[in-house]
Amino acid sequence: MIRLEKRPQPSKLWIALTPVLAVIATMIAGGILFAMLGKPPVEAIRTIFWDPLFSEQFAAYSRPQLLIKAGPLILIAIGLSLGFRAGIWNIGAEGQYIMGAIFGAAVGLAFYPMEAFYIFPLMVIAGAFGGWLWAMIPALLRTKFNTNEILVSLLLVYVAEFLLQSMALGALRNPDNSGFPGSRNLSQYASASNPELFTGTGIHWGVLTAFIAVIGAYILLSRHILGFQIRLTGQSERAARFASVNPKRLVIFCLGISGLLAGLAGMFEVSGPSGQISIDFNAGYGFTAIIVAFLGRLNPVGILLAGILMALTYVGGELAQIMLGLPAAAIQIFQGMLLFFLLALDVLSNFRIRFRKGGIA
Amino acid sequence: MPVLQLLSGKSLLPRVKTCPGGTNWQKVLTGQSQISVVCGWLAVWSLKEIQNPQGDGTVTATSLLSVKGLTKAYPGVVANDQVGFEIAPGEVHALLGENGAGKSTLVKMIYGLVRPDSGSMVMNGAPFEPGTPSAARGDGVAMVFQHFSLFDALNVAENVALGMDQPPKMRELSRRIREVSENYGLPLDPDRMVGDLSAGERQRVEIIRCLLQDPKLLIMDEPTSVLTPQEVAILFETLNKLSEEGTAILYISHKLEEIRTICDSATILRLGKVVGQCNPREESARSMAEMMVGQELLIPTRTPGEPGEVLLELNDLSVPADNQFGTSLRNISLTVRAGEILGIGGVAGNGQDELVLALSGEVRTELNDIIFKGIPVGTLPPNPRRALGLLTAPEERLGHAAAPDMSLTENALLTAAIRQGLARNGFLNWPKIRKYASEVIETFDVRTPGPENAARSLSGGNLQKFVIGREVLQDPDLLVVNQPTWGVDASAAASIRQALMDLAAKGAAVICISQDLDELMEISDRFAALNEGRLTPPRPARGLSVEDIGLMMGGAHDMEAAHV
Repeated sequence: MIRLEKRPQPSKLWIALTPVLAVIATMIAGGILFAMLGKPPVEAIRTIFWDPLFSEQFAAYSRPQLLIKAGPLILIAIGLSLGFRAGIWNIGAEGQYIMGAIFGAAVGLAFYPMEAFYIFPLMVIAGAFGGWLWAMIPALLRTKFNTNEILVSLLLVYVAEFLLQSMALGALRNPDNSGFPGSRNLSQYASASNPELFTGTGIHWGVLTAFIAVIGAYILLSRHILGFQIRLTGQSERAARFASVNPKRLVIFCLGISGLLAGLAGMFEVSGPSGQISIDFNAGYGFTAIIVAFLGRLNPVGILLAGILMALTYVGGELAQIMLGLPAAAIQIFQGMLLFFLLALDVLSNFRIRFRKGGIA
Repeated sequence: MPVLQLLSGKSLLPRVKTCPGGTNWQKVLTGQSQISVVCGWLAVWSLKEIQNPQGDGTVTATSLLSVKGLTKAYPGVVANDQVGFEIAPGEVHALLGENGAGKSTLVKMIYGLVRPDSGSMVMNGAPFEPGTPSAARGDGVAMVFQHFSLFDALNVAENVALGMDQPPKMRELSRRIREVSENYGLPLDPDRMVGDLSAGERQRVEIIRCLLQDPKLLIMDEPTSVLTPQEVAILFETLNKLSEEGTAILYISHKLEEIRTICDSATILRLGKVVGQCNPREESARSMAEMMVGQELLIPTRTPGEPGEVLLELNDLSVPADNQFGTSLRNISLTVRAGEILGIGGVAGNGQDELVLALSGEVRTELNDIIFKGIPVGTLPPNPRRALGLLTAPEERLGHAAAPDMSLTENALLTAAIRQGLARNGFLNWPKIRKYASEVIETFDVRTPGPENAARSLSGGNLQKFVIGREVLQDPDLLVVNQPTWGVDASAAASIRQALMDLAAKGAAVICISQDLDELMEISDRFAALNEGRLTPPRPARGLSVEDIGLMMGGAHDMEAAHV
């Protein structure tokens, strides 16, 4: 019989090892899944994890895609991880991402066709503000009326999606496009575009911001009293109160910063890779970032790696759809399994497994 | 029945009743002023009863439970190593030992919660190997835990039914609860909500739950930590009655005076091994403590100085309870001067936690309700109060005073950031924090491999030393501590008390809230008691009698409410 025994303190080795094990377990279970779908499992796994990086045929296209996809994931996940560490659950980053895109794009479009150096910085500020504003709704409702921020932030995603559709069809629609939905393409408007900064790398301002966010979050959590208070609140709210932490202020800070970063991610996306506000602008980055945050152990460096890994499954998954005809849902299941295995294996960092004969009756 | 007479009287306090031995209560109580006197008298009485059983001679029969070579190892530690002892029917047997000596592991094995690695137990001549608590209960073993497992929102009978393997119908159960509870001098109304009961009454629920199973062996883990002296006396009468009837009692406690009073024999454990057996009545509390610790015990000493200027004033402090079962603080007024130790007693749940929260700043009050060094601080959060010199050490070590999964270094930062200058512009100076944590560990003899270990890996006593040390080394002007030695072994408790006294000798004030009256009498200059959220006016601690203390704590109050 197998027994779990609580470790005196969490094992550092297992904390580092579980994500790797989770990836391996996902590959195995995913392989079985693909085999049951009648696809060659080894080839499918190789197409997802290997080809985007090293295949001569695809790598030139896939490699930049990796950072383009990883950028928003990392940026959003970093913001979410701060709140998650403190036990503040912002599930609505997708909505904040949309609002950041709408605010940023609206500012840029308001200046069209003027060219000026200050337009893009203004869009950045507006995008951050939009995401922050959307996150302040659950924050204030929680601090004033003690509502549940999980529900409120999640439901606001759907509100944001409707707003996005109405913008794409109404206020922000391209007047020169004979009534088709969608805004002007910002990436073709020099003062408002967020171009690839180094050819062939996929790095744009959003990716750089994500790297800065990783460094900032790392310093905040390990070197600053505010980061200590965040971690303390997550461990024990009573101890945090005793340490003079104001829980309400922390809720506002954590939701604010995650909304702000999600808003920035949306703004960089709409002005860069995506280029325009369209009905289906949002691609689920806000939700996938939750997986990224946990896969990275809520640790900034871990999130950086997890973001790149998750982007790999996106890019590789697309490749597998094209090359092997795998259904899109299979790829989503594959990503879901990653989180599932991670959470399941997480037990090992706090518990030790004991095998022993017989049992407690 | 003397027990019933005592309880059916209008009040318990004027106890001018004649006991079987012919001694007069009043005489005993006024003759000396130690708490142990009540207990001491009971001991004499119980001894007589036991030595002269009513003729059936069960007491001297062969052992009820005999434990031999019991061993249980956990990773990294042998909790019990070849432990053996015997307990006879009707015997009150004490299990003594420091924290981590292996007492809980031992009783858990007897109660079927933990399986021994090796060794054997014999119950009534038959091998006894309980695999589960219900198997142990089936063989006549019952246990009253230190922490009650009761549901506030259910009534007494429902709670009792939840703990039984095959509960009878409710009406029948209520009848039996009434019957048993009156029989044993622990009156309890089966229809009352547990949430409305005092700690002492809650303990009765647990005891009666056990008694309904008609146990042969009753295990009690630290049963008196939540009781007033009067309640302790009543509990001891019940235990004596049980013992007279042939029920063996395994009694775990840190309070050595109590053990000397109530127990016929004692097994002393140290580091998982039996280091001695003794008759507690022939030993002094000190000699038993030294056997437990394995070294000579340093008894705290103190020369009270002249009280200095007023440090803290509470003006009509009232704080409403934040939940249905909390206690509201009502109109507390108090002055505390530099250099004094104020002891605050009271039964648990009478506002101790609430008072600490209000003083620490975790709960805000009206600005002028709390004045510290002449500055109104009622609305200030904890850190600004710390900056002024008002520090606190709450009762709950893990989860309140310290974060369980954080290292001791991080836990040092938890309260010491401001006064020790551990952060500049919010940026943390980790080397300095580590140094401070190491200083606390060293000065207060915290046993741990190092400051990087998680708080929850420490034993209760060691963590308590760390928590108190963390505040004391910050040089407070006023330190408020709640239950500073709760669940702490004798040597650690002595060093903590000494640290508090040294602090007062240096001119700081200390407010010590505790349920351990011996401790309060030992260190306090003045004594006050909390009762239902009200604080009695403080009185000089020297010369207070048990009766005075009992009256201040309002102990009899609770008991009358329990009448049926």
